[in-house]
Order: sequence, then structure tokens, then C-alpha cells
Amino acid sequence: MKNLLARICSSNRRAWTILGAVLREIFDESAYARFLERRQLTTSPDAYAEFLAESRQQRERRPRCC
Amino acid sequence: MSKPARVAVWVAVAIAGAFSVATIALHRGEEISAMWLVVAAVCSYAIGYRFYSKFIAARVLSLDALRATPAERLENGRDFVRTNKWVVFGHHFAAIAGPGPLVGPVLAAQFGYLPGTLWILAGAVFGGCVQDFVILLFSVRRDGKSLTEMAKSEIGRLGGFVAYVAVISIVVILLGVCALIVVNALKASPWGTFTIAMTIPIALLMGVYLRRMRPGKVLETSVLGFLLVLLAIWGGSWASHTPSVGKYFTLTAPTLAVLLIIYGFAASAMPVWLLLAPRDYLSTFVKLGTIAMLALGIVALRPTLHMPALTRFIDGTGPVFAGSLFPFAFVTIACGAISGFHSLIASGTTPKLIARETETRMVGYGAMACESLVAIMAVIAACVLQPGTYFAINSPAGVVGQLPEAATAAISSWGFPVSAADMHALAQAVGEQTLFNRTGGAPAFAVGMANIFSHSIGGQALMAIWYHFAIMFEALFILTVLDAGTRVGRFMIQDALGHVWKPLGRTSWYPSILINSALIVGAWGYFLWQGVKDPLGGINSLWPLFGISNQLLATVALCVATTIIIKMGRARYAAVTLTPLAWLVAVTFSASYYKIFDPNPRVGFLSHASQLAAAPTAAGTAHLIFNDRLDAAVTAILIIMVAMILIESAADWIRILAGRKQPVVRETPFVATRFATEERA
Repeated sequence: MKNLLARICSSNRRAWTILGAVLREIFDESAYARFLERRQLTTSPDAYAEFLAESRQQRERRPRCC
Repeated sequence: MSKPARVAVWVAVAIAGAFSVATIALHRGEEISAMWLVVAAVCSYAIGYRFYSKFIAARVLSLDALRATPAERLENGRDFVRTNKWVVFGHHFAAIAGPGPLVGPVLAAQFGYLPGTLWILAGAVFGGCVQDFVILLFSVRRDGKSLTEMAKSEIGRLGGFVAYVAVISIVVILLGVCALIVVNALKASPWGTFTIAMTIPIALLMGVYLRRMRPGKVLETSVLGFLLVLLAIWGGSWASHTPSVGKYFTLTAPTLAVLLIIYGFAASAMPVWLLLAPRDYLSTFVKLGTIAMLALGIVALRPTLHMPALTRFIDGTGPVFAGSLFPFAFVTIACGAISGFHSLIASGTTPKLIARETETRMVGYGAMACESLVAIMAVIAACVLQPGTYFAINSPAGVVGQLPEAATAAISSWGFPVSAADMHALAQAVGEQTLFNRTGGAPAFAVGMANIFSHSIGGQALMAIWYHFAIMFEALFILTVLDAGTRVGRFMIQDALGHVWKPLGRTSWYPSILINSALIVGAWGYFLWQGVKDPLGGINSLWPLFGISNQLLATVALCVATTIIIKMGRARYAAVTLTPLAWLVAVTFSASYYKIFDPNPRVGFLSHASQLAAAPTAAGTAHLIFNDRLDAAVTAILIIMVAMILIESAADWIRILAGRKQPVVRETPFVATRFATEERA
């Protein structure tokens, strides 16, 4: 019983972690984190502006489905 | 789980699915619970995913977990990034889920709940999911190439050209019809218009907040934006009850159309970070939340479907749109069953994120199955309405008359009783002046959704809030498609015109931005204006045109997929893509033929033009005649182009199968993954 409970808790935690990761990817937070890591920068309005400029083309051409 | 237990589980799923499909297919004369549709759908997708997609993965495509994907080989931390499969799945689902699976099934509900439901289930399992899966895999094996590039390299220059024309056509028609849906939902609705108008300053505020105050905190900004939108919904109630404010937001359809055209142009020419990106985030946030809420609401409340399984309108005399069950049910519901537009997403961002080839199955096939479930929820939202109410909302004045009494008398005479008093009470309950002639599907979906939600939270007291929440959700969703689509269309035109005169192709040259924005907005704006001025409500001609162009794009995608499968030496399995291709060819070619040549003026563009020409001349008649002929010409051009790609592809298949041509598979050569021993996520 204890084992089952532990497994449920762990699956639950994993599901929430994945959901968080999905949301961060959908909302481009992960892309920004990768950008900061790649450029060795810390977050700031300037860094974010640079990130937006870099990803502008990709963002502008991203189609939204019907 | 042991093998016998697994077998028992799948047998149980199959029995539950078969029983549910039998129930929805065979019940006549009595209302059924919406849960039958949900169970039938979930079981169908589960079996389709477990068995059919596995068969395709193993036998047809031979997915190879040891083959490095472009996300690994070309990883740059920007476009190509190895990503967890669940994350890619969510990302892909958010990108493919648009307003289409919500609107199409609502319109097709005029045939009853059965045709739409069966088409959504079969279309998704054997068509849409397969298309998304194979195109995603083929793009992964070609370094994330787009559909147009694959069509060019696998079928030839003509293939690439047709794919380009199909994409630009679908974008223009889609944007025109989407804008029309928003216009029809917001006309004479100060509440809805105020709420949507407020989303523009909210998005601008989010843009500034995100850029200056909390850089990169998109989720936090989206939550704040969502709270402000809720405030705007509440503010809409105040605006609609305050005549001095409400009069500024009580707009006619032509005024709204002009405002949308100006908005589209501004959104295309403005910096992305200021309006487009925050609005996109806000829309995605609301979209995902609302879809989840709707699913929970349906499962928790298990509403009853009041719409019959089949209505008398399967003969083609329907008021929502004219045309018989075949082929029009199958072009009306594109997204949710099979949508060519998905092939653009499956060959866009997604292939660059896939970490393992084997994950294309879950992402491509699985995400489409989820979108199909959204379409089933839309069928439910439309069919929980009393049929008389559904037809009163969705029927154009040109069919049922302008006055409430005339409309209700006409609808009641069809065997769907409804009274003007009922409709007035419903309009009052949702905070609108009237719900008559609200063509386009969005208001009917909003009433259905409000109906479901109000039975769970707040009761009838919150009906108006739920209705306007649903309208806001749909309009926000559609406006995001509109501004993003306008930009994508502008880039496509720039790419093409750049071959004619180089400066026109420069995406940073402002005159080029303005000229190309004007071209794309002018193109979809024309279709919007045409719809607004159409006495039959616009949806009657434009939605089938959109459905046809979307399905034609799917035809192009399936031609590319079949060609690659044959070139891979798997011709014996080509039926996997050939069967949906053959069905789509039958559907789209028939629908196009009827739309152009049908002698019934409500169906055929040319006969409608002739009818108008024969009638006494009235103001604007010449323009309506021109529009009909233009629609006929657009349909004919699309169908001719696709016939050309079909013939070219078929000739290629025959040459390869007869041994007269050496098949060349243009895949990126095999490179072994460095992550072969990595624990599978």
C-alpha cells in the first residue's frame, strides 16, 4: 500500500513537472532560458530584447492553424 | 501488465467503442447522452493509436530510434532543439488546435449529430492523424523541410508551385472566413465588441510588461493578461448596460469588417513583440484552459443531445449552408477530421524539436487525435441546444426572413419548434439584443458552451458571463489566427515578389512591408467584404470554399506522402495514404463541381449569378454577380492545380512501379544517434 502511494505521488509529481515544461516551451520561456545559457547572459530587458530580435524571423513566420 | 491482461483491456476498449458507436448510429427518435460520443471517440482514438499507428510506424515507415534527428544533428539551441516528447506533443497540439475544429462541426450539425461524429472519428483515425504523422516523419528525415520544399524535391517543380498556390489560397480564404465569423459574432453586440476591443490594449500592456518589467516571464504575464480579460468581460456587461458607452460598441457588420481590415494591416506592419506575440500567448493560454474546462464540463455533466441523429437537411436544403450530406459534410468539417493546414505545422517547427524518430508517432498521430476530440466537443456543444434554437441562431436572414416571427415560423415549419419569445428570453439570458441570424457557428457554439458551463458553475445567473467568455475565447482565438496568418501571408508574397523585383522581397524594407501587407489584407479583406454583403450570410459560400482549399492542401500533402512511400519501396502499404487521398479527391472534386455548376442557386456559384442576372436590377447586384463568378473561378483554379499535381504524382508512381524510373529517396543520410542508450523519456 505504501509502495503504491509512493508510486502515485511520484507519477503525480512527474506529471506536474512535465506540464510545467510543456507550458514553458509553449510560452517560449524555455527558448529564452536556452538563449540566456547560450549567450552566457542574465535576464534583463536588454537580454530579452536581444532574444526577441534573434527569434523575430522564426516567430513572425510561425503559422497558426485553422 | 501481463499479456492476457493487456489483451483483456484492449478487448474491453474495443467492445466499449463498438457499443458506443452502435448506440449513436442506431438510436432514432429519442435523445441520447453526450457521453456516448465521448466514449466512442476516446475508444476509437485509443485503438487507432495503439494498433493502426503502430502498424504504420513499424511496417510502413520503419521508425528508427537509432537514427539521429535534425534536432540532434543540427542542434543550435534556437530552431533545432532536442525536446522531451511530451513537451513537443503539447507544443504541437497548441499549434494545430485552432478555431476550425470548433466552427466546422457546429455548422455541420445541421445534418444531425451522426454524420459529423462519424466523419470526425473515421477521418481522424484513417486520415488526419496519418497525414500529420507521416508528414512529420518525412520532414524529420529531411532536416525539417517544409511541405512546399518536399513537394518540390519529391514531385517536381510543379508540385512545389501547386503547394505554394494551395498554401497562399488557403491562407487568404481562411483569413477572410475567420474574420467573417468574428464579424457575425460581434455585430450589434456591445458586450462582445467591448471585450474584444479591450484585448488590444491588454496585449499592448502585456508586451510592454514583458519587455520592460518582467523580461521572459511569459506565463506570469499571460496569467495577468487573462485576469485583465476577465475584467474586460465584466466591463462589457457595464458597457452594454450604459447607453452612452454602449453606443460606441454597437457596430454594424460593415463597420466591424472595416475595423478588422485596419487591425489586420496594423498587426502585419507593427513590431511583433508589441501586439502579436503577447496576443498569441494570451490566446494560447485561454485556448488551452477553455478546452480543458469544456472537456471537464462535458464529462462532469453528461449533457443530453437534443439534435436528432439525422435531420431532413441531409438532402441539401439546409439553412446553415446549402448542399447535400455528400460531399458537403466532409468539406465543412476539415480540421478535426483531416486538415491540410496541419501539414504546414508538421513540417514547420515541430520536426526541429523531435528528439527520437519514434516519437513522431505520439506527436503526429496523438496530437491530431486530441484535436479531433476537441471537434467532438464542438459537436456536443452545438447538439445540446434545442434544434429550433440552433437553426434560429445559424440561419441567415436571406433564408428564414429578417423578422423574428417570420424566422421562427419558417424554422418551426421544418419540424424544429421555436418561438420568438423563446429566442428573446435566450438573448436576454446571454446579454444580447438578439440571437437571430448569427451565422458562422461561433455564437451557436458559445450558447452551447454557456449552456454546459452554466449547469456547473453559477447557474442561469452566470449564463451571460459564460456566453461572452466563450465569444471572447473564440474571437481572441480567431484574431490571433488573423494577425499571425496575415504576417505569414505577407512573407509568402514577399518571397514570391522578391523573384520579380529584389527589394520587394526584403522583409526589413518598410515600403515592401506596407505594400505586401496591403496586398494580403486586401485579398482576405475582399472575401470578408463579400461575406458581409452576401444576403445569404457569407458562410454559405465562403466556408465550403475554405473547406475545399484546406482539403486540397491535404490532397497535396498526401500526394507527397504517397510518392515518398512508393519511393521507399513500400508500395504494398501505399494504401495507408492512398485511401484517405482517394476519399479527399472524391470529396473535394465533387464539392468543387457542385459549388461551380450545381443548378440550385443556393449551391452553385454560376447558377446563383445567372439567377441574379435574370432578376430585376437592384443596387449591388452587379457586384454580387462578380463575387459569384470570382468564387467559381477561384474554386476552378484550385481544383485544376490539384488535378495537375495528382496526375504528375500518379505518373511518377506508375513509372516507378513499372520499373521505368529509378526511385530516389531524398532523405538526409543515416547518422547514428549519440543517445542510443539514453533512458527513453
